[in-house]
Amino acid sequence: MTTAAAPVASQSAAAVAPAPVAMSGRVKQKLSSRGATVTAIVIAVLWTIPTAGLFISSFRPAEDIRTNGWWNFFTSPAVTLDNYTDVLFSQSSGAGQLSGYFLNSIVITVPTVLFALAFAAFAAYALAWIPFRGRSWIFIAIFALQIVPLQMALVPLLRLFSEGVSIGDTNIIPAPELIGAQRFATVWFAHVCFSLPIGIFLLHNFISELPGELMEAARMDGASHSRIFRQIVLPLIGPALASFAIFQFLWVWNDLLVALIFAGGNAQVAPLTVRLAELAGTRGEEFQRLTSGAFVSIVIPVIIFLALQRYFVRGLLAGGLKG
Amino acid sequence: MNETQPKLLMLMYGVIAFFAVVGVLLLVVDRAPKRGREKVQLVAFLGPAVVLLLIGLLIPAIRTFVLSFKGPGSVDWVGFANYSWMFSSSESRRILLNTAAWVLIVPTLATAIGMLYAIVIDKARGEAFAKALVFMPMAISLVGASIIWRFVYTARPAEQEQIGLANQLLVMLGGSPYRFLQDPPWNTFFLIVILIWIQAGFAMVILSAAIKAVSADVIEAARLDGVNAWQMFRNVTLPSIRPAVVVVMVTISIATLKAFDIVRTTTGGQFDTGVVATALYDQAFRFGEEGKGSALAVLLFVLVLPIVVYQVSVLRSQREIR
Repeated sequence: MTTAAAPVASQSAAAVAPAPVAMSGRVKQKLSSRGATVTAIVIAVLWTIPTAGLFISSFRPAEDIRTNGWWNFFTSPAVTLDNYTDVLFSQSSGAGQLSGYFLNSIVITVPTVLFALAFAAFAAYALAWIPFRGRSWIFIAIFALQIVPLQMALVPLLRLFSEGVSIGDTNIIPAPELIGAQRFATVWFAHVCFSLPIGIFLLHNFISELPGELMEAARMDGASHSRIFRQIVLPLIGPALASFAIFQFLWVWNDLLVALIFAGGNAQVAPLTVRLAELAGTRGEEFQRLTSGAFVSIVIPVIIFLALQRYFVRGLLAGGLKG
Repeated sequence: MNETQPKLLMLMYGVIAFFAVVGVLLLVVDRAPKRGREKVQLVAFLGPAVVLLLIGLLIPAIRTFVLSFKGPGSVDWVGFANYSWMFSSSESRRILLNTAAWVLIVPTLATAIGMLYAIVIDKARGEAFAKALVFMPMAISLVGASIIWRFVYTARPAEQEQIGLANQLLVMLGGSPYRFLQDPPWNTFFLIVILIWIQAGFAMVILSAAIKAVSADVIEAARLDGVNAWQMFRNVTLPSIRPAVVVVMVTISIATLKAFDIVRTTTGGQFDTGVVATALYDQAFRFGEEGKGSALAVLLFVLVLPIVVYQVSVLRSQREIR
């Protein structure tokens, strides 16, 4: 249910995994090495300048941003934090009021990541180590759901929350009457559901590779599955959990579509992305607000990403990616 | 309206609920009576995920399929009307065309650029840093990336000073300001650039790892044969990393579903930039045309169906080998 092409990835894991022995001669050395350097620099610059321009602009006075380009900063530097205080804390309706939305993003993300990790790890363990009839079929079904676009589920899921469940004209399960901050629950629910297929698949890749003798021995000693999970599996799958947690965090924090539908238009639950998209739509030329606002939304994922890049890359190579 | 306290309370409930659920599943189940314990454990471990997938994905997906044959308000059956609307109206044909452009261009160019970069920085000094520069956009939301690029593309009338980088360069080269986001048909291409900017880093990481895994012996042998750089790439590197290239292309094609975020943040689907995902949102959630929206969702599903079928067949053959 996400944008994952995990199976092909795992299939080619052997081809993708870095070789332990590095070798000296490569394509690059045969290319004219000056051409290679120039190409590398051009791409690196193209990939960095847009973000740098945004970052510099966010600290320039509004008047400067309006009248000339950010590259003038280097000849006539003027630095201010006004854009940030305005976009975060100003109460005027045209400003971002982003501090509230920032908190919303956190309230949406934290429980979602926790629940997705737990349910995915449980299910992955069951599919790997508890034998039962139909196990293969359930695994294949979950796996296939990974690639089904979540757009397929949006309309009926939203109706489920607004109307409950009816058969004919009789309402068997009434709609949950969620008001104010309680509406976070619907966003959590949607995100957790959508992330389970990729999560189960990713963790299953790791959990099913654990040594079978370990499990056998524990079973012989009469340990229950829940004990094996706690005492043997959990300590061993830390890196895998970290990879999935980072994916899930980036996915939820950066998501626009799910939030728009299940929290959209409600200032009390909508996350940063929804508010920023709204500002871009209504105040598209107020770049002092857009640049600082965009940076507020970028800063946390970029820090987490840089700090935990190792796990992220490992997760990618193991075959999990969400757009 | 926007108070802090109820939110923090909700956050606390969420975390408490998490510990309560995990605690019940792990500890209480442990104390279940010996008879039937296996079953109880299986249900405890697999149950939550299966129930959530049924309620949150599988049943809704089936209902969407049914809804696509119904009219506004989901009351009357309309047969294939929603589908014929999709392929006959001029606005939706524009949308299909744009979607095709996204699906074809993004994977191709992102993979090509990622591969090129992976090759030229391979073994270079500061490789890790060079990778991080191109990889970083992956951490940025598409909304953030769209704002970054909106700022690059923004256009001022010719008599004013330009504040967007793209138009500044254009003016410096003697051109006149161009409205990158407003003027079709090229504006769709400039939006596509944003997703390429995000996805090239992903392609680069996967392909870089694949290039490093190419057998040293093979490369050495080719070198002794005196091949040039292009021949080396064409005949040695590319065939060895082909599986990784397929993975990257498939993954990025699926990621083009996220074109929604970009189009919505930059143009809102105006100026002929709409794609299936934005049209779906508009029809289903703004115009109350849930039938048409559902038909568009089914179209997205049909587009990825070949990938699903292929992946499942690969998985099944793998599991049989095991």
